[in-house]
Amino acid sequence: MADNTDKNVKAPVLDVQDLGIDFGGLTAVNDLNMQVYDGEIVGLIGPNGAGKTTVFNLLTKVYKPTRGKIYFDGKDTAGKSVVDINKAGIARTFQNIRLFGNLTVLDNVKTGFHNVIPYSPITAILRLPKYFNSEKEINEKAMDLLKIMELDKYADYKASNLPYGAQRRLEIARALATNPKLLLLDEPAAGMNPQETAELMDMIRFVRDHFKIAVLLIEHDMKLVMGICERITVLNYGMMLAQGTPEEIQSNPEVIKAYLGD
Amino acid sequence: MKEKSSVFSRFGDKKNRGRLMSFALVIIAYIAVEVLLKTGSLGSMFSSLLVPITCYVVAAIGLNLNVGISGELNLGQAGFMSVGAFCGICVSGILAGSITAGIPRLIIAIICGAVLAAVFGFLIGIPVLKLQGDYLAIVTLAFGQIIKSIFMNAYIGIDTEGLHFSFVESNFKLQPGGKMLLNGPMGATGTQKIANFTIGTVLVIVALLVVYNLMFSRSGRAIMAARDNRIAAESVGIPISRTKMLAFVTSAALAGAAGALYGLNYSTLVPNKFDFNTSILILVYVVLGGLGNMTGTIISTVVLILLPELLRSLQDYRMLIYAVVLILIMLVTNNEWLMTKWKSLFSGKAKGGA
Repeated sequence: MADNTDKNVKAPVLDVQDLGIDFGGLTAVNDLNMQVYDGEIVGLIGPNGAGKTTVFNLLTKVYKPTRGKIYFDGKDTAGKSVVDINKAGIARTFQNIRLFGNLTVLDNVKTGFHNVIPYSPITAILRLPKYFNSEKEINEKAMDLLKIMELDKYADYKASNLPYGAQRRLEIARALATNPKLLLLDEPAAGMNPQETAELMDMIRFVRDHFKIAVLLIEHDMKLVMGICERITVLNYGMMLAQGTPEEIQSNPEVIKAYLGD
Repeated sequence: MKEKSSVFSRFGDKKNRGRLMSFALVIIAYIAVEVLLKTGSLGSMFSSLLVPITCYVVAAIGLNLNVGISGELNLGQAGFMSVGAFCGICVSGILAGSITAGIPRLIIAIICGAVLAAVFGFLIGIPVLKLQGDYLAIVTLAFGQIIKSIFMNAYIGIDTEGLHFSFVESNFKLQPGGKMLLNGPMGATGTQKIANFTIGTVLVIVALLVVYNLMFSRSGRAIMAARDNRIAAESVGIPISRTKMLAFVTSAALAGAAGALYGLNYSTLVPNKFDFNTSILILVYVVLGGLGNMTGTIISTVVLILLPELLRSLQDYRMLIYAVVLILIMLVTNNEWLMTKWKSLFSGKAKGGA
């Protein structure tokens, strides 16, 4: 904790301490320490198979850690389920896109409001006034999110019919609907062309400022990572290799060696 | 681009159109049947099928919520009908003294049947819906068989001393003047027939309202999200087993209500009526009508119940023709070329109108 001198006024929103997980005899992640502060965009990079997505799965409780602690918003997250962690305020996207393919684009975002604007099934079946008020609010907020992600013209499309880049943006919109404090993006620019990537960078910045949330992202596109991340953590073989600002990471000989080999 | 987006934008309206269509279909069919009944041009065979048709439609709509919308295979819908039927018969028998009017007693019996079936659904769902895969199919299949065996061996009667219940026939003694409600393998006998087609139609409309109102709500979106992508659904805070439970219990309750109506339409009802074949039959109505398509389910249920009766004159060839028709419908509805032709026919019309 002592090395965070410049941030010591604020407690981190996410605090990972000595995190590790073994799959049988294989240690996928070991001794990981990292912090994410409010309103920060942090990058998580590393060569293929370094354990980046495993870290996301640990943070969102898809996997239970073998060692170490994850504090979110100052609270220990041990024993929480995937659903609990989302309610607590961590939302994510997936490397291999996971949309609700048979639902419309708008309905995909509406599912994100499940715990934000709740009402009971009885309210729905009896069509009580609360149903209409809640649905109106959900609809307006979902359309706002679609506008931000520039998806409003696709609102009534079936989600699986969207172009690839739009599907990635839809996942972000759905994650934002859950009203998170921390957004985890798993390779948001994968499969996008340079122009789409540039637009995505602006969107991520806008989302951070507009919703006042922290963003932790995994990305292979170095232009994006170096362009928008304030701090970067580099993973290699499940271990933390380096941590620092984009400039520090770019000039770090260990990182260059990990990426390019000896 | 303009053209393309207008085609796609109809996707949302289509849901509303489908909903209105199914209600219109039920009401028009009801009025048509009532007119035919009044003019006396409906044969006695068809008029005796009216209530069973509404029962199976309700059970099939419920099953479609479970299989089509929630995506979980359920092979025990007849079991839930059975629970509803015998519960409804008992409730009606018990209340026969205090409520003489048929309609309120029928409504109470239907509600009791639905509630008891829902309770059974809930109990089965607790262990099974935590698992992924085909476990629900296996367990509901077993449930259907078990519930049949239970009713085959259950003796329930009412007399001046109150309600009697036993699984052993020799232990079962009623005071003189007592009334047997359930008589083991003989099932329910001497039931007062209080079901009618109007209540059946109302039940169909209620079932449609319940399913549609659920579908187009927070819960419905959660059910469909859990079906489409379990991991993503959990990641946006949707509790999977509770969501699947809601669909399963609602489906069971609708089957229970349908069963109660069915049971009170006959003076005798044997537990064997609700066997595995009946469960499969209801599943065939759902699959043929289209998963998640309630209007289709209604049509396919009516057609597949009437078809064997219409083919009765062919005697031995009856089931052969039935099977051929079933296969043909499957082939035609799964033929993409034919379906696009069919759809372009409709969209052409819509464009001309606009």
